[in-house]
Amino acid sequence: MRDVSAEAVTKTVRDLCIEANTRLPESHLRALRRALDDEESPLGREVLARLLENADIARERCVAFCQDTGYAVFFVEMGSEVRVTDGEIGAAIDEGVRQGYEEGYLRKSIVRSPIDRINTGDNTPAIVYYDLVPGEDLKLTMLVKGAGCDNMSALKMLTPAEGLPAMKEFVVETIEKAGPNASPPVTVGVGIGGPFEKAAQLAKKALTRPSGEPNPDPALAELERELLGAINATGIGPAGYGGTQTALAVHVESFPTHIAAFPVAVNLDCHSHRTASIKL
Amino acid sequence: MSKEPIYLETPLSMDDIEPLKTGDVVRLSGALYTARDAAHARMKEAIEKGERLPFDPDGQVVYFTGPAPARPGHALGPAGPTTASRMDPYSPLLIERGLRGMVGKGVRSGAVIKSMREHGCVYFGAVEGTAALLADCVKEAEIVAYEDLGAEAIQRLVVEDFPVVVVNDLYGGDLYSEGRERWRRSVG
Repeated sequence: MRDVSAEAVTKTVRDLCIEANTRLPESHLRALRRALDDEESPLGREVLARLLENADIARERCVAFCQDTGYAVFFVEMGSEVRVTDGEIGAAIDEGVRQGYEEGYLRKSIVRSPIDRINTGDNTPAIVYYDLVPGEDLKLTMLVKGAGCDNMSALKMLTPAEGLPAMKEFVVETIEKAGPNASPPVTVGVGIGGPFEKAAQLAKKALTRPSGEPNPDPALAELERELLGAINATGIGPAGYGGTQTALAVHVESFPTHIAAFPVAVNLDCHSHRTASIKL
Repeated sequence: MSKEPIYLETPLSMDDIEPLKTGDVVRLSGALYTARDAAHARMKEAIEKGERLPFDPDGQVVYFTGPAPARPGHALGPAGPTTASRMDPYSPLLIERGLRGMVGKGVRSGAVIKSMREHGCVYFGAVEGTAALLADCVKEAEIVAYEDLGAEAIQRLVVEDFPVVVVNDLYGGDLYSEGRERWRRSVG
């Protein structure tokens, strides 16, 4: 059994919050540069060039790329041979978020209730999903999730008879409805299968994959390519001003489901696609 | 569509906004007032109670943003636009009182666009993921109302060459729908 102190978890989370918010992932920057090369609309190219310039400024000055520094979402892979000592992991993650958002000059965007809307003041609670895995690693993956694009996300319980064609249609329709509001070019996370909540969670986790890395399953990889083509044919373009680059990547994750079900969830991430990962 | 920028100084007059057309690239200088969800709800409440607004909207431009905290030495933290449709229920109240411009991102409702055309107001788009760049154009920032709302307080910004694009002009033009139609392709 390997020990990791709660203090080490807190420090790691603090650093991840600042890194994810100020340094866009290299795979996402490559996708933005490729989009700049491929975009046909002059106004669309202008938007992409500005996004890349903004990424340089954010990294150089260690300031947030986008003012909406989001929900702090964590996917934790907890090895069966590792334990957190001197504290509880959930509390340690929240403390890291508290420190990272304060010290990193990041906006505190979380309210304690959708009804009374009082700000918690420190961007906690973090949204944490745990996976128990074999081994002695403790892996933390952070996704900074802005609300503008999360608000445009959608889930549908399709029937098996409607099947794959309806699934494709629903993904493209979600992008069409979101239009400029999701701040394109977007990264599209799609979750299919499981019961209701599993599809949504898969869609969110799909966003943490390095941009454009295909699903290892060739059939799903082909589906990703097809969906990307259909989305980029909508014409929405960068910032929604019209253009050929509406999405940078589509990541599909699949899970077993019920004989009566075909759930599909689409989680959108805006051009400020922020994710970072570390093993403790 | 990529034209030379048009330079405008706030407050804006009808003469300033009448020539603007959807797709025009504009650089704004002068004062912008920040306001988003919570500040708009409070302004609506003030209007309903017959109280004075924190600023007179006549000729002014509202910027839908909730900035991140500023690092020492900066006037303002990163401050890109937020989704404007959430302000749709409130915007006509300010437009009727002379508001000449709004800066945000995303589609506006038919009711807001109608009010803009009736009373003379233009909707400008800024790019959300250029928050650090946009903050560079902000030379001064001062909280004028609702300080308790934190990032959602109303601030008076003084900006220089703040880059925006005309989304909705006074003549029914809409960059989002026109842009999408122009670049839409059919897939096999």
